[in-house]
Amino acid sequence: MTSATGPTVVELDYAGGERLTMNMGPQHPSAHGVFRAILTLEGETVVGVDAVIGYLHRCHEKLAETLTYAQYPSIASKTDYVAAMTSEFAYVMAAEAIGKIEVPKRAQYLRVITAELQRVASHLLWLGTWCMDMGGALGGGATIFLYCIREREMVLDLFEKLVGARLLYGFFQVGGVRYDIPEGWAQSCRDTIDQIEQRVGEYEQQLEENPFFLARAQNVGVISRELAEDVGISGPLLRGSGVNYDLRRAQPYSSYEDFTFAIPVETAGDCFARYRVRMAEFRQAISIVRQALDRLPNGPISSRPGLKSVAQTRIPKGEHYARVEGPRGEVGCYLVADGSAKPYRMKWRGASFSNLAVLPFIIPGHKVADVVAIMGSVDPVFGEVDR
Amino acid sequence: MSYEQARTLIGERFTSAQVDPGTPERRSLGEGGPLVVTLPADQWLPFATFAKETLGCRFFSFLTAVDWKDQGIDVLARLDNLDTTVSVTMKTRLAAGVSQCDSLAPVYRGANWMERECYDMFGIRFDGHPDLRRILLADDWQGYPLLKSYAVDTPYPPYR
Repeated sequence: MTSATGPTVVELDYAGGERLTMNMGPQHPSAHGVFRAILTLEGETVVGVDAVIGYLHRCHEKLAETLTYAQYPSIASKTDYVAAMTSEFAYVMAAEAIGKIEVPKRAQYLRVITAELQRVASHLLWLGTWCMDMGGALGGGATIFLYCIREREMVLDLFEKLVGARLLYGFFQVGGVRYDIPEGWAQSCRDTIDQIEQRVGEYEQQLEENPFFLARAQNVGVISRELAEDVGISGPLLRGSGVNYDLRRAQPYSSYEDFTFAIPVETAGDCFARYRVRMAEFRQAISIVRQALDRLPNGPISSRPGLKSVAQTRIPKGEHYARVEGPRGEVGCYLVADGSAKPYRMKWRGASFSNLAVLPFIIPGHKVADVVAIMGSVDPVFGEVDR
Repeated sequence: MSYEQARTLIGERFTSAQVDPGTPERRSLGEGGPLVVTLPADQWLPFATFAKETLGCRFFSFLTAVDWKDQGIDVLARLDNLDTTVSVTMKTRLAAGVSQCDSLAPVYRGANWMERECYDMFGIRFDGHPDLRRILLADDWQGYPLLKSYAVDTPYPPYR
C-alpha cells in the first residue's frame, strides 16, 4: 500500500532558506489552455505543485442527461476538441453496447480511418506546440510549430471534405457514421499521409540531431511504471514508461483486429521517451489508414440511417463503460441507460484528466523551465480535463 | 489471471460481495465482460487493496457515482490489470441521505483527483482523503450539480 497522496514536497538544502510561491497561469502560453499551477519554489527549483483546473468546465455530464443519444455525439466532440473524433467514438460505442446495435463493417473501417487521421492531426499539434514551448533552441522557436500546423491543416482539409467541418465533426452516430467518403477522397487521403510520413521523418531528424532539444527532453519528468499505473495515466505516457498496453490491441474494437500495427514502447519514462512513442505512433497510424483504405468493404455506413423520431433513439436499460485509445490515452464513456431516449447518467473518463494528475508527482525537483517541457510532454487538452 | 480465477478469488475472500459479468466489450468475439463487484460499504477499502495486490489490478481507471434518488447513491470505481486485461468495476450503494464513503486514495494515488471530482459533483465525503476540496467548480459553489435534485437550470447566486 502506498502512503498518503498529495503533492510531493522535496526538501532541498537551499542556502537562501526562503520559499517563494509563484502563480503560473491560468493564462500561460505553455498551458495550451487554461490551467493554473501554484508552484512553490526554492531558488529556481520547484519543490511543490498545486494544480488548479476547472476553468473550462461546461457541465458535459449534466448536459448529456438532457440530450438524446442522437443529439449528444456532436457535443461529445467538444470534450477533447483537438481529437474530436475519438470523443464521439467512445460515446457512440457505449450506446451501441447497451442497445446491442450492430455497426456495418464499412462504418467500422471509416471510424478507424478517421480516428487514426485524428491521431496524426493531434500528434502534429502536440509536436508543434511542445517544440514551441521549449523555445529558441529549436531553430527559432516557431519553426517546427509552423511546419506542424501546415501538416495538420492538410488533415483538417480531409475532414472538411468528408464532414464539412474542420474541428468539431459530429461524424459518428449511434449505429454507424453520418457520411460516406466522397469521390476522390481516398486518393487525396493517400497523398496527404504519404507527405506527412515523409515530413515527420524530417522533423525527427531535425530534433534528434539538436543537442539542446535532447538536453531539455532526456531525463526530465521521469514517470516510473508503478506511478503510471497507480495514477491511471494512459496512452503515450503509459507506453513511454514501459507498459505495453494499447486498447486497440488489448480490447480490439471497431475491427482493429483486422490491421497489423506495432505498439511502440519506450522504457525510460522521460519526456524524450514520450516523444519517441508519439513519433513512432505517427507511422503506425498512417499505416493503419493505408490498410483500411486498401481493404475498405462496400456496404451501408449505418445500421440506423434516417432516424425520424425521438422514440427511435431509445436504447434499453443497462450500463456500459466503453473505451477507445485516443491520441492522449484511454478515452472512456460510462453510460447508464434507463430505457428512455436520454442517458440517466454519463461519465467521461478524460485521458487528459488522469494524465494531468501525475504532474504533482513528477514536477517537484525540476527547474521552472522544465515545468513547461514536462507539461508539454503530457499533452493535456483542457476541454477534456475540465469537461 | 483469467476472469474465472478472479471470480473464484473474490468469492473466497469476499463472501458478502455479489459478482456479475458486465456487458462484454468485444461482443462480436463473444468474450466475457469486466466483472462488476457489488460490495457492502465497509468492504470498499479492503476490496481495493485486495484488487491491487491479489488480482493485480494496479491501473486506476476512474471513480464516479450515480444518483438513484431515494434509493441512494452508487459509488463505483474501475480497476484494470494491464498484463492480463482483467477489469473489475467495484460498486457500493450508499443509502439515501448518506454521503460518507471510505477513500481509495491511500491505495491508489489516482483516486485523489477522481474523489475530489466526485465530492465536487455529488457531495460525497471520502474518509481518509488527504485533500478533499472542490476541483472543477469554484470553491464557493453551492450545491452538488450531478445530484438529480439539482435542476439543470439552477441559477448561481446571487441570481437565485
